[in-house]
Amino acid sequence: MSTGATPSKYRIKVDHDQCMLCERCIDNCSYGVFRREGQKIAVDSHKCTACHRCIAMCPRDAIELEEKPNDYRSHPVWTREAREAIYKQANSGQIILSGMGNALDYPIIFDRLVLDACQVTNPSIDPLREPMELRTYLGKKPRQIVLDRTKKGDYDLKTKLSPNLMLETPVMIGHMSYGAISLNAQLSMAKAVSELGTFMGTGEGGLHKDLYPYQNHMIVQVASGRFGVDINYLERGSAIEIKIGQGAKPGIGGHLPGEKVEEDVSKTRMIPLHSDAISPAPHHDIYSIEDLAQLVRSLKEATEWKKPVFVKIAAVHNVAAIAAGIARSSADAVVIDGFRGGTGAAPRVFRDHVGIPIEAAIAAVDEKLRHQGIRNEVSLIASGGIRDSADLTKAIALGADAVYIGTAALIAMGCRVCGSCYRGLCPWGIATQRPELVSRINPDEASKNVANLIKGWTLELAELMGAAGINSLESLRGNRDRLRGYMLDEEMMKVLDVKMIGA
Amino acid sequence: MCGIISVIDRLGNSMNGEAIKKALSLMNERGSGEGAGYAVYGAYPDFADYYALHLFYDNLVEPKVAVEELLEKWGKIEHSEEIPTYSKGRMLKKHIPWRYFFKPDTSLFASSESLEEDIIISLITRINTKVNGALVYSSGKNIGVFKASGWPEEVADFYRIQDYEGYLWLAHNRYPTNTSGWWGGAHPFNLLDWSVIHNGEITSYGTNKRYLESFGYKCTMLTDTEVVAYLADLLGRRHELPPEMMVKALAPPFWDEIDEMSGKDRDIYTALRMAYGPAMMNGPFAIVVARPDYIAGFTDRIKLRPMVAAESGDRLYISSEEAAIRTMEPNLENIWMPDAGEPVIGRLRR
Repeated sequence: MSTGATPSKYRIKVDHDQCMLCERCIDNCSYGVFRREGQKIAVDSHKCTACHRCIAMCPRDAIELEEKPNDYRSHPVWTREAREAIYKQANSGQIILSGMGNALDYPIIFDRLVLDACQVTNPSIDPLREPMELRTYLGKKPRQIVLDRTKKGDYDLKTKLSPNLMLETPVMIGHMSYGAISLNAQLSMAKAVSELGTFMGTGEGGLHKDLYPYQNHMIVQVASGRFGVDINYLERGSAIEIKIGQGAKPGIGGHLPGEKVEEDVSKTRMIPLHSDAISPAPHHDIYSIEDLAQLVRSLKEATEWKKPVFVKIAAVHNVAAIAAGIARSSADAVVIDGFRGGTGAAPRVFRDHVGIPIEAAIAAVDEKLRHQGIRNEVSLIASGGIRDSADLTKAIALGADAVYIGTAALIAMGCRVCGSCYRGLCPWGIATQRPELVSRINPDEASKNVANLIKGWTLELAELMGAAGINSLESLRGNRDRLRGYMLDEEMMKVLDVKMIGA
Repeated sequence: MCGIISVIDRLGNSMNGEAIKKALSLMNERGSGEGAGYAVYGAYPDFADYYALHLFYDNLVEPKVAVEELLEKWGKIEHSEEIPTYSKGRMLKKHIPWRYFFKPDTSLFASSESLEEDIIISLITRINTKVNGALVYSSGKNIGVFKASGWPEEVADFYRIQDYEGYLWLAHNRYPTNTSGWWGGAHPFNLLDWSVIHNGEITSYGTNKRYLESFGYKCTMLTDTEVVAYLADLLGRRHELPPEMMVKALAPPFWDEIDEMSGKDRDIYTALRMAYGPAMMNGPFAIVVARPDYIAGFTDRIKLRPMVAAESGDRLYISSEEAAIRTMEPNLENIWMPDAGEPVIGRLRR
């Protein structure tokens, strides 16, 4: 190998004065960084992923982690990442895989948008003392309501409503499949969403029987591999989501390595033990918008029109027109996944270079649907890089009905965003199927962490709305007058349909 | 802060503008002398079949020629005159108020459900967005809006509001924050049969405006009040909701209250909120909307602005202040403060 070894990304140092040789670091590090050598702990920093498990578990604070201890000569074009990608490919001749979301330094539009508050001319509302409504319904809405006056003088409702999902907070957890993540991770999130009156997605991994008690808060997914799909699965879900694409890797399919397909995963996915689960890039029964409309109707027929059907697409350049096409099928909601969306494994070139940010996608889709006069008849769910309640609030003000979070929910269970999910060795018990690692998550405890996160965001959303003099989520949705652009260029503000600060 | 007052004679008997001028002037504390206005229904019995288009002209040359060319192209001007005004004291005639009694030629337009009204709306939109120096601010049949910058009594005297008669009146005293001193920004705001007076600030304006635009409305008045008129037009006229249900869509009960309702009501209110969520108005407000056959007063869902209602014989009054109503009618039979979001509706019985 003529390229030689690349310098390790992290350096681990053990403070031997502090260390009491408890070996917790050895037990906890699934990547094999630590070993015992006589009366001291020896390290192999090359194996470190910066998952922080050792640091979190060390009782003596004896472990130190340094990023990029031996860096390359700095160069503005030939960055460390550029050089290392070349070494990697020069040796492998393969596509470079990576985990988590987009890692390039694009400006984050959310951080260039500021929210509004009331002063004098209208009173802000205190959510501790006044009602504050965060409830939202996802699904088809009638364009207008028809009432018939009865002889008694009251009214009969003539308009028939389609089934909708009722959310008590506009935060849902997106689709992360059993297989990609562990059953305990799924269970923790399922308990949390059930407690909070919101929903989570199953991903394309089927629905494990341990999740049946939470099925009224689960959205089942039909993706291009159709893994885990049968009528039992469809009927158990509270809604069905057709996944066309995802923000982390628009235009390509998925790949769950056979090592992760242990017995329970294989049963739930309905695929042979240890076989690779490969989801094709397109659905091979959807080559056009009318094919999609057929699948939406087929799924509705199969479940007797009792369940909303969502369609998820990656935010690509023409996202608005595609979403408008979806809205015109029988689909009840369009899910838009921005290019910061996370994933267990994606080709790095896709993760970092394909698709558009969710902020612009929400604005474009919301506007297109309004121009066609159908915005309120279909719901818009946004995902991909929602980090906190500010992103959530801004996403709704731009036009989303609700958001999916993914990475944020995993971080609430301990994930340190080390980006090695695809290796199946997650020391936090999240992106792994190894029983000894999976058991590190106690669903009773982790579910509280996930629930706390969503509760905290919900409280902050309520406060932000109250400060803006709004006491119902409907009045925040698409209310771009309550946003201002700060250091955004004029063309971007046109796309977002927001004014500049001071205007 | 603004002051509003409205009265309807439910038998349709006429009242002149003297009393409401006094009542509105009593609430001068609520204004700043930068805007006041009156709307009267039954103002033009001789032209009751024609749309009474009131315009502000900046001059009588280019804008007037352009407007009249447009009107004559799409219909017939039955009568055209300057609205009589009487300038004195502080009142400056910043615009020239003009009125046309107009009938659109329906044979020139593609068919729609409410052809005449849609033509008028499209003409108003065209004039207000395309013709510089012309603004249509009143367009209903047998309805007249009279407004300007000034204190209530100054504006009343400017138009000699006491000389007009009608069975339904709205009046508004403005403390502007958004568009100070602009005549078009004064209330009442009118579109066809609808007139609105509004005390408050609509925090959901951005949502409401975008919702309305998707139904073809264009917001041109730079004020949140116009969305109230358009929402009323959409829900009350185009979607044919009865007034009390329209109010319940615009200022709906809380979900907690809906959850407690009986089966049928729960379904109706859930449906209303689901379908009309983007039409729901948030923020502090007290509003009276009027049509030829009723007035409906309502406040926001937590009543952040005052509203009082009273009755005397066939007359129903709605106002920001009880004292203003008592100025109009000292002998009231019934006076009450409606709950937040509860509509007060006075219907014409004739």
